[in-house]
Amino acid sequence: MSEQKIDGFELKPGFKGMASDTGSDQTMFKGVHWGKAMMWIFLLSDTFVFSCFLISYMKGRGSTIVDWPNTSEVFSLYVGGVPVPLLLIAIMTFVLITSSGTMALAVKYGYEKNRKMCGWLILATAVGGLTFVGMQVFEWSKLIHEGVRPWGNPFGASQFGSFFFMITGFHGFHVSIGVIFLFIYTYKVFAGHYESKKRGWFTKMKGDYVEIEILGLYWHFVDLVWVFIFAFFYLW
Amino acid sequence: MSDEYDNNKSYQAQSSEVIDGSTGSVNPDIDYVRPAEVGEQDLYHGHSFIEKWVFCQDAKVIGVQYFLTAVFTGIVGLILSWLMRLQLGFPGLAGFMTAEHYYQFVTMHGMIMVVYFLTALFLGGFGNYLIPLMVGARDMVFPYVNMLSFWMFFVAVAVLMASFFVPGGPTGAGWTLYPPQTILEGTPGSGMGILLMLISLSLFVIGFTMGGLNYMITILQARTRGMTLMRMPLTVWGIFTATVLAMLAFPALLVSAIMMTLDKVLQTSFFMPTILKAGEVLEYGGGSPILFQHLFWFFGHPEVYIVALPAFGIVSDLISVHARKNIFGYRMMVWAIVGIGGLSFFVWAHHMYVSGMNPWFGFFFATTTLIIAVPTAMKVYNWILTLWRGNIRINTVMLWCLGFIVTFVNGGITGIFLGNVSVDVPLSDTYFVIAHFHMVMGIAPLMVIMGAVYHWFPLVAGKMLHEGLGKWHFWITFLGAYSIYFPMHYLGFIGVPRRYFEMYDSPYMTSAVGMNEFISIAAFIVGAAQFILVFNIIKTLKTGKKAEQNPWKANSLEWYTSTVPPEHGNFGERLPVVHRWPYDFSVPGAKDDFIPQTTAPSEVIHTEVEKT
Repeated sequence: MSEQKIDGFELKPGFKGMASDTGSDQTMFKGVHWGKAMMWIFLLSDTFVFSCFLISYMKGRGSTIVDWPNTSEVFSLYVGGVPVPLLLIAIMTFVLITSSGTMALAVKYGYEKNRKMCGWLILATAVGGLTFVGMQVFEWSKLIHEGVRPWGNPFGASQFGSFFFMITGFHGFHVSIGVIFLFIYTYKVFAGHYESKKRGWFTKMKGDYVEIEILGLYWHFVDLVWVFIFAFFYLW
Repeated sequence: MSDEYDNNKSYQAQSSEVIDGSTGSVNPDIDYVRPAEVGEQDLYHGHSFIEKWVFCQDAKVIGVQYFLTAVFTGIVGLILSWLMRLQLGFPGLAGFMTAEHYYQFVTMHGMIMVVYFLTALFLGGFGNYLIPLMVGARDMVFPYVNMLSFWMFFVAVAVLMASFFVPGGPTGAGWTLYPPQTILEGTPGSGMGILLMLISLSLFVIGFTMGGLNYMITILQARTRGMTLMRMPLTVWGIFTATVLAMLAFPALLVSAIMMTLDKVLQTSFFMPTILKAGEVLEYGGGSPILFQHLFWFFGHPEVYIVALPAFGIVSDLISVHARKNIFGYRMMVWAIVGIGGLSFFVWAHHMYVSGMNPWFGFFFATTTLIIAVPTAMKVYNWILTLWRGNIRINTVMLWCLGFIVTFVNGGITGIFLGNVSVDVPLSDTYFVIAHFHMVMGIAPLMVIMGAVYHWFPLVAGKMLHEGLGKWHFWITFLGAYSIYFPMHYLGFIGVPRRYFEMYDSPYMTSAVGMNEFISIAAFIVGAAQFILVFNIIKTLKTGKKAEQNPWKANSLEWYTSTVPPEHGNFGERLPVVHRWPYDFSVPGAKDDFIPQTTAPSEVIHTEVEKT
């Protein structure tokens, strides 16, 4: 391994180098912004939250007394009278993953100080997130119309509705929080707060484009969690 | 680790004269400390009373806010324990005490003491106050989030306390909140009580996450120049590891609280099996109560170490300072803390030996449980070896530390009993268990808290607590605590079950009655003795002796602030630069018996200092 430079910090090569960087003074992760480190650790904690949800779901699904509903039927949309399984979910997933792409581009343009592009791309990400939440609302209302409730449903084990609404709801809540912040950051970027070093409304701290990357980390995480939820609910 | 002294095993004396102060550096290379990596922290100073004392962003004020709120809930928990002991020692004496009330008091006492008192006090209180000072930072890295963390905790406490006043009262399901009984009619507080409890716990987790991120990032990314990981005081190591545990364990609590809330409010059946009630099948069915137990104890067991690890860390520092000796085996202590933290995630089901899980599980969890005894025992040996041939000052702080070691060893040994499945099964749900965990995670950490209060009060308030009162406080608490919990072991052996409101005409009546009366009287006295500290603090604040800077002659950075008590920003114009670990006590050849962390090697040329 050759020597690597991150933000002006020379990282020593190899395992020994890593150990010495880790044990050195001041910072453990060299050149890593406080906020970024915080987001990573928060995401680790949040991973445990979602893991607990999904493991409970697996346990619950594995030990019900009534059969689990046939998910490919329950989740299919009727297009011209023909059931198309996974149609809505495919679109939702596509939109969310695309928004991850626009987010990554926003981070890139942010660091290049391309304010306009950065702003538009964050806005596009926010719209993507909003579309996702909208489609989730549609899916929920469709299932509720068909009689699926948290406490029971006509298709099989009552835990299906419980876990579905709880876990997708918790994920949707994450997306919604992300969308709110995306809109706030859109405003901040277009208003040029990072250039003028205007202090935040609440925190009274000066901002920087690194905040876009921090929000991006969160957004990618929410997308990644969706991939797992997708696999566990719709493909199982 | 990686530093600049690779070729020097120790700094050799080069002059026959002891030089005090920074005159004439012998070897400029050995004083070298890497330049600053991170710029000065942007601090927001409050302008109004509200910004300075209420919604304050200064970690020290937040620490004191956490401390006071936690102590308030702790006093509520103490009063609840008095009421319980009143009923157990003298059944029927308090006319209002029904079985329902008793269960509610048991539940609230447990939850308050474990979560809202000890966790909040160690991490929120000591963590906030000490971390930035000890690692040489100006403040926590996200002061605003830190402020939110406290107020979230405050709201959680308010919601918890509100549950005393709702119809049906607080939940009486036991602090473990096991379903299905927790949310079924017939359990006290199964209506609003349990709901408020679950909401309060969720708020606590959210608030703690905000604080925990601050503690972790401050320790990892905001240390001062020269402060390597292996030069941090063990207090910081203990709080750091406990925070990591909390960040990974609280998610399980949050998830189980959310799921149980839905079981309660929306009649889902996550934890609810098919239930027959008075011949009628309830709406529930198909859920798994054992799942809750697994989730709860995946949180619950690390929680024990969330309370214990900061206590381990703090007591190591207190013993070292007051025995005027370096901590024995510093690196071993660090790795033991980290090891205990890691292992604590693999032992949770030792709380569930009687839940009906597969016996092989019991075998596995008994093994992991007993393995934890290894790093824990290392720590105890190291504390004792630190004391060995130390220049021990038997002051109040040291008394609390010694009390801690004794109670901790005591509780730890009964833990070895309970860790073995075949011994645990007959002892399950008896007073032996009560005695065990009160000794090991009630009294022992509390002793450390008391020692820490006497130790750091001069820093926080700038005045010395009264020693005489402190010694009375210690001896009554120590002897009293033993009077309470030692007989409980015996009660457990003869089979007296815990959580029973009354023994009625059981065979335990004859041998246990006198003992229960004795325990109760001791509990009243010990509880009352805690108010000696309250009195001591109030008296000291009014008329106490002013503390000099660094009254205990300690080395760590919190005693080297620009003012006492430290102001916002902690260190004045320039941040301290660290050259050594905080345990250079009684170094042969040095002028004083302590060398502050900020002292450069060239300033102590007459001495031989271990490389740190």
